[in-house]
Amino acid sequence: MTPVPRRREAFTLSDERLERADRIIARYPGKLAAILPILWLVTEEKGWISPEAMEWVAAKLDCSPAKVQAVVTFYTMFDDHPVGKYKLQVCRTLSCELMGARRIVDHLRERLGIELGQTTGDGMFTLQEVECLASCGTAPMMQCNLKFYEHLTPDRVDALLDELESREPEWEDVEPVIWDRPSDDAYRAMFPESGKALRRERTGGAEVEEL
Amino acid sequence: MAAPKILMKRGLENPESSHTLDAYEEAGGYRSVRRALDMDPEKIVEEVKASGLRGRGGAGFPTGTKWSFIPRDSEKPTYLVCNSDESEPGTFKDRWLLEKDPHLVLEGMMICAIAIDCRLMFNYLRGEFSFPIKRFQAAVEEAYANGYLGKGIFGSDYDLDVVTHYGAGAYIAGEETGMLESLEGKKAMPRNKPPFPAIEGLFGCPTVINNTETLAALPWIIENGAAAYRQIGTEKSPGTKLFSASGHLNKPGVYEVDLGYSLLEFIEQECGGVRGGKKLKAVIPGGSSVPIMTPQECVGAKMDYEGLRERGSMVGSGGFMVIGDNVSVPACLLNLAHFYAHESCGQCTPCREGCGWIEQLIDRLLDGRGTQGDLDRILRLADNMAGGKTICALADAMAWPAVSYIKKYPHEFAELCVEPVDMDALEAAVAAHAHVLP
Repeated sequence: MTPVPRRREAFTLSDERLERADRIIARYPGKLAAILPILWLVTEEKGWISPEAMEWVAAKLDCSPAKVQAVVTFYTMFDDHPVGKYKLQVCRTLSCELMGARRIVDHLRERLGIELGQTTGDGMFTLQEVECLASCGTAPMMQCNLKFYEHLTPDRVDALLDELESREPEWEDVEPVIWDRPSDDAYRAMFPESGKALRRERTGGAEVEEL
Repeated sequence: MAAPKILMKRGLENPESSHTLDAYEEAGGYRSVRRALDMDPEKIVEEVKASGLRGRGGAGFPTGTKWSFIPRDSEKPTYLVCNSDESEPGTFKDRWLLEKDPHLVLEGMMICAIAIDCRLMFNYLRGEFSFPIKRFQAAVEEAYANGYLGKGIFGSDYDLDVVTHYGAGAYIAGEETGMLESLEGKKAMPRNKPPFPAIEGLFGCPTVINNTETLAALPWIIENGAAAYRQIGTEKSPGTKLFSASGHLNKPGVYEVDLGYSLLEFIEQECGGVRGGKKLKAVIPGGSSVPIMTPQECVGAKMDYEGLRERGSMVGSGGFMVIGDNVSVPACLLNLAHFYAHESCGQCTPCREGCGWIEQLIDRLLDGRGTQGDLDRILRLADNMAGGKTICALADAMAWPAVSYIKKYPHEFAELCVEPVDMDALEAAVAAHAHVLP
């Protein structure tokens, strides 16, 4: 697909966020130190950080746009391209994988009809795998925009997506949803073939199953 | 034994409101910082030194000693940074403290600030911690509203401000100099040392960086004294430590443990044993970076700095992961290799290339296309990554699991190879590179 040139749009923050940005900058001994909180304000405003936004931040903090871009692309939570209204980020690291994270990702792929890194056609959901989110004791889990959902099962994921589809994102509510711990049977059901925990589907062979 | 006494008592007794100023003060909070204001700062440092408190973030460096490197006669300001960038796989203890007892963390930060004459302190929380950020910031606002922060705190002539700072997704920002770079508004690439942060840290000024849990232990130590703290734990590892237990356990969660507690008793008593009647296959006791332990090594193991070193592992961050016997250890290593390859900041070649290559080699192994030569290559790569060849310890944190998993579960790796493996040769290869391990 040939990339369609995007129309450049001048960027600025809303008055309320602009005021917050100035208050944030004043807290630090150096202006550039405010770059992460300012980029968060930009994300809040637009959902992602466009090249024009990077130029705006650079002018605001007296640095080069390249410096801003370097920071945007270094930190995984910032997006330099548009993402869905809801960003679903499933933790893939060890404790979550031990408890069935791969099943959750597969379920989301099936239900949304997209692969990792993609966004649904209606712009509602972006699906990603992320590294450890410090919720290992309540695994598997995912972060949906800023909110954690813990002790996931495929059923709970379905109910959550139904709910999200019917409303707008709520940025202020960040209190984690920690469901009750699923029963051992429920966990077992997340590993379709018994004893397949943390095995790659491709391996399959009998010698691996015997480990 | 494992009993909440220093860090988790309030949060467990009063889970609904322990995060509020009222609840914190009712439980005796903010007495220690008032006492610290009346103490000679040097005396605070001495008390913390005497307590034997060691850094709870991973390295275990003596806290009071770290503070004593701060020059007293510097004309530059001194900064304190609380490291709440908890990102080590398996670790979720600081999140608990920040959500349940943010005032405890804040009081600990105040005490440290007074000891090192710091007037502006930062708490750097990972960007994903939206809720802990909210809780901590609410505590900060309560403290300002009551005159506990700002001009003349607690009616003294000591001015102290705090900034709640948050990242945006980078494991390496938890490395202390990576954190300073990040706080200065740059990519979180760790700095060469020396100069150490105590001399040239944040904005080139003397800086102390302490883990959240380390700072949270200070109010108790100042209130009860170093001698009382030393009554808990072991002689060389005094006090309590939070272990965040996860994986195949019946009761995963955060537990406050007297250092020196029996590891197997911890699994059986506190964590309710291995889940689903599985047998224990392996324990990673201190976060994904530390060497793995076999069930045999767990027998008689003590959960303290020396005890776990004796068994070839480490306390690390206290991220305690338990692996049941239906799991492939090479698959665990692949999971973690992907993590380190993803999180390497990329400035040192051995780490940037090594983590990625190790991931690819294990991937090939699990894909049924690996050879004994690949196992040798993993070991050689690990040897070329670890032991001070890079600016920070992320390369070591990949090398230790790689070498220890192959060393302790050689048959699982051998069985994945396409051709029969010469186990004697594999053992010799492991022995040749075992010096990599801590």
